[in-house]
Amino acid sequence: MTNRFRTHSGGRIDRGAPVSFRFDGKTYSGFKGDTLASALIANGVHLVGRSFKYHRPRGFISAGSDEPNALVNVARDAARMSPNLRATQVELYEGLKASSQNRWPSLGFDAGAANDFVSPFLPAGFYYKTFMWPAGAWKRFYEPKIRAMAGLGVAPTLPDPDRYTQNYAYCDVLVVGAGPAGLAAALAAAAGGAKVWLVDEQAELGGSLLAERTATIEGKPAQQWLADTLATLAAMDNVTLLPRTTAFAYFPHNMIALAERVTEHLAAPGADLPRERLWQLRAREVVLATGALERPLVFPDNDRPGVLLADSARTYLNRYGAKPGDRAVIFTACDAGYRTALDLAAGGVAVVAVADLRREVHGELPARALAAGIDVRPATVVTGTTGRLRVSGARLAKIKGGPSVDPVGASETIACDTVLMSGGFTPSVHLFSQSRGKLAWDAASGAYLPGTSVERERSAGACRGITGLQRVLEDGYGQGEAAAKASRDAASPARGATPPPGPSAKTFPAQADDLGTDGFIGATPHARNPAFTKAFVDWQNDVTAKDITLATREGFRSIEHVKRYTTTGMATDQGKTSNMNTLGIVAEALGESVPKIGLTTFRPPFTPTTFGLFAGAARGDQFDPVRKTAIHDWAAEHGAAFEDVSLWKRAWYFPKALPDGRREDLHAAVGRECKAVRSSVGMFDASTLGKIEVVGPDAAEFMNRMYTNAWAKLEPGRLRYGVMLREDGFVMDDGVVGRMAPDRFHVTTTTGGAPRVLAHMEDYLQTEWPDLDVWLTSTTEQWAVIAVQGPKAREVLAPLIEGIDLAKEAFPHMSVREGTILGVPTRLFSVSFTGELGFEVNVPAQYGRAVWEAIFAAGERFGITPYGTETMHVLRAEKGYIIVGQETDGTQVPDDVNLGWAVGKAKKDFVGKRSLARAAMSAPDRKQLVGLRTTDPKLVLEEGAQIVADPKAPVPVPMLGFVTSSYYSAVLGHSIALAVVKGGRARIGTRLSVPMPDRVIEVEIVEPVFYDPKGDRLNG
Amino acid sequence: MLIIDCPWCGARPEIEFRYGGEAHIARPADPAAMSDQEWADFLYNRTNPKGLHAERWRHIHGCGRYFNAVRDTVSDFFVTTYKAGEPRPDIGESGK
Repeated sequence: MTNRFRTHSGGRIDRGAPVSFRFDGKTYSGFKGDTLASALIANGVHLVGRSFKYHRPRGFISAGSDEPNALVNVARDAARMSPNLRATQVELYEGLKASSQNRWPSLGFDAGAANDFVSPFLPAGFYYKTFMWPAGAWKRFYEPKIRAMAGLGVAPTLPDPDRYTQNYAYCDVLVVGAGPAGLAAALAAAAGGAKVWLVDEQAELGGSLLAERTATIEGKPAQQWLADTLATLAAMDNVTLLPRTTAFAYFPHNMIALAERVTEHLAAPGADLPRERLWQLRAREVVLATGALERPLVFPDNDRPGVLLADSARTYLNRYGAKPGDRAVIFTACDAGYRTALDLAAGGVAVVAVADLRREVHGELPARALAAGIDVRPATVVTGTTGRLRVSGARLAKIKGGPSVDPVGASETIACDTVLMSGGFTPSVHLFSQSRGKLAWDAASGAYLPGTSVERERSAGACRGITGLQRVLEDGYGQGEAAAKASRDAASPARGATPPPGPSAKTFPAQADDLGTDGFIGATPHARNPAFTKAFVDWQNDVTAKDITLATREGFRSIEHVKRYTTTGMATDQGKTSNMNTLGIVAEALGESVPKIGLTTFRPPFTPTTFGLFAGAARGDQFDPVRKTAIHDWAAEHGAAFEDVSLWKRAWYFPKALPDGRREDLHAAVGRECKAVRSSVGMFDASTLGKIEVVGPDAAEFMNRMYTNAWAKLEPGRLRYGVMLREDGFVMDDGVVGRMAPDRFHVTTTTGGAPRVLAHMEDYLQTEWPDLDVWLTSTTEQWAVIAVQGPKAREVLAPLIEGIDLAKEAFPHMSVREGTILGVPTRLFSVSFTGELGFEVNVPAQYGRAVWEAIFAAGERFGITPYGTETMHVLRAEKGYIIVGQETDGTQVPDDVNLGWAVGKAKKDFVGKRSLARAAMSAPDRKQLVGLRTTDPKLVLEEGAQIVADPKAPVPVPMLGFVTSSYYSAVLGHSIALAVVKGGRARIGTRLSVPMPDRVIEVEIVEPVFYDPKGDRLNG
Repeated sequence: MLIIDCPWCGARPEIEFRYGGEAHIARPADPAAMSDQEWADFLYNRTNPKGLHAERWRHIHGCGRYFNAVRDTVSDFFVTTYKAGEPRPDIGESGK
């Protein structure tokens, strides 16, 4: 294909650098500097997509990020496939492969287009009205069907192989938008010495200047002035220029999120570059120079490919040298249509008519159009277009009354291949509104403008309603100066109205067309049967003017409700082109003024943002930090399977190799490990337990207040099992505490609870009892903890320990001694979480592995068996020891889980004590910890399963409790389970039921201690 | 993302801090002397104002200290911060 619609010269494309690309499998050529949109237009291609709901053929509307229609898929390979990209923002590179979306089997013939013919049955709120009945059909039938039909692009199925980085940065003045206002603001702020960032979403900085043909600034052609200005800024050390960077979100205190697309435009991105960068930029002052977006006109058939915004058509022509067609009809409500008409005529496009909605047309631009011989028709509307996959004609009709009175004149169809529309310009106030600034309706220009600011920001140029190139430049310069000055003032955020433009220190004599503020909001009149016309307001979500008036007839008044009911403005373009026209249509239907209707909320992101940008490096191995103990690598080398416990990797079980070469499964390994501990000795890495050193003259008093237990009488050298409550009386954590000295406690916590417990302690110490002389230090990672458990534990350890008498009488159960093991200092605990004789060897973490290996070697003659968390769980459940978070869920008082004995009832106060005194906390029907036995000894209950008295009771069946822990006990030869059951202790000896989907399991309520109920084995 | 002025460290970004609930609710000196209703009020009932709210914050990823702040729940902006134990500054009930 040739560039038949390419101008002979001009534009910013590099005509010496042809680029070949593919669209829907067909090869085209464009030039370096083209977007995918401009290159397709230059090749005469306007049909680029099918619409969301009706599958109508669609073409380009705009030339920028506001594009609602031309969403394409761009794929470098199967993994690098980006759906829903706006073709107007996709920069062309050699070999680019793009395809259209939402069509089957092809763009030209799309089966889904049948929706267009049944559209009278697809009105606003269609989903809510139609799919209500029968109720069950939604999940089975409607939703899967709608999901298959809806949605535009298709997400890639492979992981994203590219890299995304995230950066923090700071500046004095951030200028968003590098059009004339933003450039002038950056010049002014930079001249004042401020550290300036100038960002723009486009590939080139310059904004509207990039499409200027005849304008001059300071005596130079605008394009020359732009090049000189950019060179000046680039040469300054205090200026950072970022093209291809979207300021997509405005967060409090001037934190602006920027999405920089680093390699999207490159044919062969280097491996050293990230695909995108997220900048979290904190700016002292922000200048918003975001310009204005041209509004479409809402007339019947305004979605035919070839119907474009007038100023976008001018951009294609002047900036890219791409003609929108050969014969143009222009439909305008402002002078922008004439500016485009004049440029088109100069560029070799026949302008066959300009239909102007305004009753009278005067001013310089229309006069020049008339002088150029263009057929200018005031008080004229377009009432429809002809053509199927491309516009072939426009129906023009005279209006008799004002714009809102139906035209009665006969329509005349004029042949054309492009219709260019302009309803005026809407100031782009998205970021201002995101900053929570208050918008104010400006009746004179018919626009919402920035009113009261909340953040330290100011708007400049067209985004605050300023028109005329010279005024825009001078406003930008003035705001830039003011921002630089304000940035030197560290005082608290200034709030209030954006200051008036003020006398700029610099003048910018400029020659350019001033388009003024004329425009139209709403739907233009036509005399056609509304049942058979579609005048689109929101192209991307296929919302028509008729849908919106229907919503108002059905009683919707609030614009927020109309928006949600019709889905107007809810597509990925967030209504950039549609919101104001929606307001106008609602206002007219309700007979209210536009500001009375209100405005929907602007929310981030300004344009769609990739998930990769937000994920950054936090994926795969780097998704979450991983904590490993000093013994982790030994366990890995010995074939351990691991499980995640909070951020820790814990050895779960140690499967042995079987004679046939396979490895034991979980069940076999755990059975073997359990038996080894009960019959001889096992060792377990308990290093992940939380540890807090509580030190100071008031340490014992502090412990007394934080734990339910009494600590004052605990002698140094002794251990105690401590229970910690929240102030509401519910169990928060537990752990063994050693008193190392009168003023020093070695506190252990659950693995997951360590940070929570320390924060809880700090809270009380800092805010309730700052008078207590206590220090709290987290020592979790300072100690490696090796549990040696089983009847042979003492014999294994004795030869390795120095300075501690391990004899039973000298070192009874629940004691702590300091000594050395293999010369390494240790705090040795005689403690058991298995019910067997046991010790926990605390050594400095760096010696953890060496000591572990020495104990393993010393235990070999007893067949010492390393075991993992699963065996630990089974062994403790056999003994009825609870795990906080498994037997408790934040609603258990100590007595509920048989820990009433640990509550120091004689203590005057501790955290949670008063709550325990409430009557409800000792009610007999509270859920209490019990054991469960199944009739079938092999049957292992499901944890979380509900327990009921009568499974045949009418629904809802009263729930008595649920299973909290459930295992097969190889040692006992039957399954065991712990549960919390209402009034459970009184039910011991009775039978209840556990209903499961496939059957009902009968269980006997038993004491929760299944093994060695007297505890004889603890003492060896 | 807000900038919060830690009374010990100065201005730092919000992610360094953790919210700690309403401020100036001292734990009763003698909980046992309180009725169930009084105790429930202490435990659960908070003012939840629209406007200025005195609340506790902890500079958890900094100095670790708890401090108090007055924040406007309408605008979400902090009005002032002060050290734990100091009285609530006299700045009225509402930001207006």
